[in-house]
Amino acid sequence: MVSSTGKSLKAFFIEIGGMTAFMMRFFRYFLLPPYEFAEIRKHMEELGVKTLPIVSVTGFLIGFVLALQSHPILARFGAESVLPAMVALSVIRELGPVLTALIFAGRVSSGIGAELGSMRVTEQIDAMEVSAIDPFKFLVVTRIIACTMILPLLTMYVNFIALIGSYVSILLLQAMSLQLYTGEIIQAIGFVDLLPAVAKTFFFGFIVGLVGSFKGFNAEKGTEGVGKASTSSVVVSSLLILIMDSVLVKISLIIWPI
Amino acid sequence: MANLIIDIQNVSKSFGDFTVLDGVSVKVHEGENLVVFGKSGTGKSVLLKCLVGLLEPDQGNIEVYGQSVLKMKKKEMDAYRKNLGFLFQSAALYDSMTVRENLEFPLRKNFKFSEEEIRAKAERALQMVDLSHAIDKMPSELSGGMRKRVGLARSIITEPKIMLYDEPTTGLDPITTKEISKLIRNLQQELKMTSIIVTHDMICAQIIADRAIVLHKGKVVIEGSLNELISSNNPFLINFFSPDIIEETNGEIDGF
Ligand SMILES: Nc1ncnc2c1ncn2[C@@H]1O[C@H](COP(=O)(O)OP(=O)(O)OP(=O)(O)O)[C@@H](O)[C@H]1O
Ligand SMILES: [Mg+2]
Repeated sequence: MVSSTGKSLKAFFIEIGGMTAFMMRFFRYFLLPPYEFAEIRKHMEELGVKTLPIVSVTGFLIGFVLALQSHPILARFGAESVLPAMVALSVIRELGPVLTALIFAGRVSSGIGAELGSMRVTEQIDAMEVSAIDPFKFLVVTRIIACTMILPLLTMYVNFIALIGSYVSILLLQAMSLQLYTGEIIQAIGFVDLLPAVAKTFFFGFIVGLVGSFKGFNAEKGTEGVGKASTSSVVVSSLLILIMDSVLVKISLIIWPI
Repeated sequence: MANLIIDIQNVSKSFGDFTVLDGVSVKVHEGENLVVFGKSGTGKSVLLKCLVGLLEPDQGNIEVYGQSVLKMKKKEMDAYRKNLGFLFQSAALYDSMTVRENLEFPLRKNFKFSEEEIRAKAERALQMVDLSHAIDKMPSELSGGMRKRVGLARSIITEPKIMLYDEPTTGLDPITTKEISKLIRNLQQELKMTSIIVTHDMICAQIIADRAIVLHKGKVVIEGSLNELISSNNPFLINFFSPDIIEETNGEIDGF
């Protein structure tokens, strides 16, 4: 029991060490030419197409349910009028970024893990290396950059859709003009709500790209290697996103107290 | 005698406790085709991977053009690899690219050819392996033998000075095998390529071998011309090269 805990603890630290080295390698490489702009754009488009349907539905439903749930609670305190502001703040500050990131991790991190894992297992990565084309630069750096850049855009889109969802939900409860709704939101939301929330999504995107690439690039031989790379990427990147979120929220509250 | 191009000196390689190569020495001279025979699992692919720096030997040295592969810096390694073609046993085609993109990839990344030149080279390389009709297909749509031939076209497209073929004709019918073998011969003669060819295929070996070695239990057990190997009295070689003789200990085959 003790020794098996010790062993898995050791494996855990080896994993952390490996991932840190992988991340350092990214930072060493990503400023060096050649810049694979076409490849980055291709990945961004693919990631967008892959995740847009699911985040649209999720975003709408989050906004819808949040308004539905909050309405009776606020009514209990006679504060229904703050409903739009409350929903908007919850979505923009926390729910939008984190839920989008978790969905993104589920879809994308596993996809990258499987893709690079199967390239590793079928010797495509070796083939690239032997052709004097750096596979880390071509495959990994481009994917990490694409994830880091696309997630903030996706999050802003999800926020927008969620606010539509909440408006629809409110309309089912009471009459409210769109003007009033947007007016309330704009008044409630300030720079300190938007900036840190958007900023943290860059970190989340980076985590998803990094973990998926790390798992795939270092996949073990055989088909199980690919499966393992794919599932463990989702688990690890989701966990890291939540940890990172707590840390960043704490930091941003220190810098910009409400 | 022609210049020494590849000089593998006493190379050993183990995975954990499992010794695959145990002091292998091989020399290949300029313009020569060296065929490597050996039973499955003796480390032929491992030897080729050590030669291109994908695997690192535990012991020994590997020199190419007099330069140690083990000590090359990244720049030197890149320059060396740009001048080298490697046909993987698994073909290792890029799944996400069409056949054309697979072929054009090394040209676009490593050389400065014009768009027309790149397209023409890809078409010509594919013609050589008789697969012009497959140019817009994805690798997943190809048969095993077709993948092998695309892999071959991709590795020769840059006209490298050194070619390493890992079982170039496995999975091909006898007619295609002859054509591919002749292609390898022609490339050697036209481009003065220096090649190592891993194969089990006697048709292929007869067409391309200038010299051959047999790898067994991690060692080079014999080296010579193909005829010398075939006419040797060594019981292992008799077993290896004669289709009609099977070692008596193979009880399972007696039933036939
Ligand atoms: N990356 C690796 N990690 C661990 N063991 C390996 C690795 N690569 C090869 N081996 C082992 O080394 C041995 C030799 O493998 P290799 O692929 O070189 O055989 P081979 O001679 O090419 O056989 P075949 O004719 O079947 O292709 C095998 O037992 C294999 O299991
Ligand atoms: Mg092999």
